[in-house]
Order: sequence, then structure tokens, then C-alpha cells
Amino acid sequence: MTPDVPAPTASYEPTRGFTGRARAADRDPRLPPGQYDARDGWPVLSAEVTPRLTAAEWTFRIDGLVAAPRTWTWDEAHALPPSEYRGDIHCVTSWSKFGVRFGGVSLDTFLAAARPLPGASHVVAYSHTGYTTSLPLDDVTGGKAWIVWEYEDGPLPAEHGGPARLIVPHLYFWKSAKWIAGLRLLDRDEPGFWEQNGYHHRGDPWAEERYAGD
Amino acid sequence: MTENPQDVFVPPTRFAVPGRIAVSGGAAALWQRALITDIRRETPAVSTFRLKVPDWQGHLPGQHLMLRLTAADGYVAQRHYSIASAPEGSGEIELTLDHVPGGEVSGHLHTVARVGDTVEVRGPLSGFFAWPGDRPALLLGAGSGVVPLMSMVRHHRRTGLGLPLRLVVSARTPEDLIYADEYADETTVVLTRTEGRLSAGHLAPFLGDGGRPEGGWEAYICGSNGFAEHASRLLVEGGQPVDRIRIERFG
Repeated sequence: MTPDVPAPTASYEPTRGFTGRARAADRDPRLPPGQYDARDGWPVLSAEVTPRLTAAEWTFRIDGLVAAPRTWTWDEAHALPPSEYRGDIHCVTSWSKFGVRFGGVSLDTFLAAARPLPGASHVVAYSHTGYTTSLPLDDVTGGKAWIVWEYEDGPLPAEHGGPARLIVPHLYFWKSAKWIAGLRLLDRDEPGFWEQNGYHHRGDPWAEERYAGD
Repeated sequence: MTENPQDVFVPPTRFAVPGRIAVSGGAAALWQRALITDIRRETPAVSTFRLKVPDWQGHLPGQHLMLRLTAADGYVAQRHYSIASAPEGSGEIELTLDHVPGGEVSGHLHTVARVGDTVEVRGPLSGFFAWPGDRPALLLGAGSGVVPLMSMVRHHRRTGLGLPLRLVVSARTPEDLIYADEYADETTVVLTRTEGRLSAGHLAPFLGDGGRPEGGWEAYICGSNGFAEHASRLLVEGGQPVDRIRIERFG
């Protein structure tokens, strides 16, 4: 996808005296429209209390429209073939972070074991806190999503979703549920927490799908 | 490990916090011109910007908006800001902003913007941190985290709500305390440079058997992530249910 400087909208009007820190011409091509580079920062933006969840307590389950619903423990998940994501992440609150590394297992590996049924079109991702987020199945298959427990060279910090979280880096990060507990496959879109609270159903940063109606 | 397909997963919901209000997607998607009608210094690093937004649909205390600045060549920068004013604002809303060192948007607003300029806003956004005034509210804020909480305090006063509302606000020094002149009996101020950080003792009067209102508190925490983690832990240790704690962290 080619990132573009956002086109002026109907309400476009230059702000007197505003020049901007980064000029449009030398804007980093990795930066989606309306985003800024958080550089070394990694803001924490959970709505709920960070749970005290240990690796021993953590489980991950896939069910719903699958032939073989199942639950993985920490050790069972770690026995699967490892996979990692190296690249950029984008938050709807307008920061982006470049070149991060997450280590874990591709969601494709878990889904292959659970065997989605033909009618499955969407998923609801559940966190151990009760947080939910909804995604089209196509957005979490084909090497586009991971269950991760490593950030850079260490364990994923609790406030960033440790011991394990979902990451779906091509969408705004509220889709990447922290403290991931499970995925339910459905034959319809069932809006999750932020989707019910005014956010866009899909959340593509390059299309600036931030809020309902975008 | 084969299981029955009908055996559907029920997520553990003990931490789950539902949203408070339905949000209008249409209004949130629309950028609107906002005229700066007043700029008021709160502390050396914090100012309040009053905006006239002709088609503002109204908001609830605790909601935020997105503010956008546009350069002559079309380059834009946008940030989320909490709304400081109560909903009873006659078509004008207020934002209270830290001057973030090197901040692209806050820097412009603090050093270049003046009354008569226009910016663009969209919102109000998100129903999660909103307080409709329907439950007793225990509010914990640090630094400019007090901003959305002050909207709740102002709403509580202007509407004469009988519901209990308490605000615990933390600032480094008296000079850093935003809205210092507005606090009354509902507010406990914690000055961290002289008293140390917020402690269980500050919250004890609200969390004991005698301090809890009927039906319990709906707790709202706003501030840096460090403050949010600390304050939420204190609340949980003090017996506040996790599903009655809402957190807005500065990213």
C-alpha cells in the first residue's frame, strides 16, 4: 500500500502559523496518515486495571465455528513452532512505532489445529480481563496475526498485555487484544468493546478507519 | 483434546468494564471548525483553550475529542484531548493542555495560537470514560489527568446532583495544581513533592465501610501510566471491584 499525505477534506483550512514538526515532503513513508512517530516511547492505553495473570494461569482457547475447539496452556503454546513479527505498529490515538519485534506463534498454527468450519467469517478475540475486539477472519489468517509473549529480547511486560497478547499489526492496535484468552469464530460480525464504544469496525490505519462513520 | 463444538467458551469477565453510553458514530466522524475564543493560563505549563464549535452535539463529562492542525501544504497533526468543561456550556467547550516539551500540537497551541484562530475538532469520542451522573463517583487524577475529572465535578455542581462525588488530585507542588481555585469540600489534594505519592491512607476514607456510598463507587482514574497503575492497585487493594474502575492513561 502506498502511504499518502491525507488529501484536504471539505473542512480543510490551514491553521494560522502552523508549520508542523515534520514536513509533508520528508514524512516517513512508514507513517500512516494522521500518525506521528512515538520513537522510543510505547504508550500504554488499556481501559482496565492491569490483571495479575501469571504464565501458569494463562490459557488460550479457540472455539465457535471450528471442528476441533481446544485450549492451550502456556507450555503447550510454547511447544508450537515459533514465529515472530518485525515491523511497525499503529495506535488509533495517533502514535506509531517502527521496527518492533514480537516473538510467539503465528495464529495460523493455532487455527490449523482448531480447523475453522466453512461458515466462519469473523472472530471475537477475548482477553482474560473480559475485553473483546472483533475482526474479519481474513484479517487474522495468512501470516497476519500472532499470539506473542516476547517483546524485543525479553518477556512481554504485563502492562503491554503480558504474559501473552494477540497482535494484528496491520490494524490499529486496539484489535491486538492484551492478556489474550481466546478466539471465538462466528458467521457474522459481533462488535467488541471499542467497536461498541464508537470505534470503527475494521481499523485500517492506512485508510484512517478510526471511528464509526470513517 | 477433542471437545464438543457446542462447548462454547465463556470468557472470565471479572475485570470486564462495559461502556457507559452509546456513541454517535456520525458526529464522531465529522471534522468541524472551532474558533478559539479565550486562552487562560492555569499553571506555568498548562493553559485552557475555550472553543466555539457551532455544531457541537454536546458531550458527557469524561469524553474526549480529536483536535487537528493543518499546515499550508496540507500536512496535518492531530491529538486526542480530554474535554474540561461541563456539558452545560452554551455551545462552547474547553480543553486544558500541558505544554509538552517539543510537542508539535501542544507547542503550537501554547506558543503560536491566539484568540480568533480556528482549529478543527471531531467528537465527542468514546463512551467508556464518560460519567452520565448516574452513580456515585470516586475520581483520582494526577497532573493534567484531572482535566476530564474536572468536567465531572463541574457537571455535578451545575446540575446540583445529590449523588456523592469525591476527587483526589495529585500534583507535584501548589504551582502545578490545575484549577486550584475551584476545589471545595469534595476534593483531597495530594502534593507529592512534600507529602510523597498518593497512598492508601488518602483513599481510606472512601473505601472503608463508612466511606462507601450505597451501591458503591464508580471509580475513574486519569493520568500517566505510572499513576494509573499505582492508583488502580491502591483501589483494588482497598476493596474497590475491578469492574468498577475506569482508566484513561496518557499515551
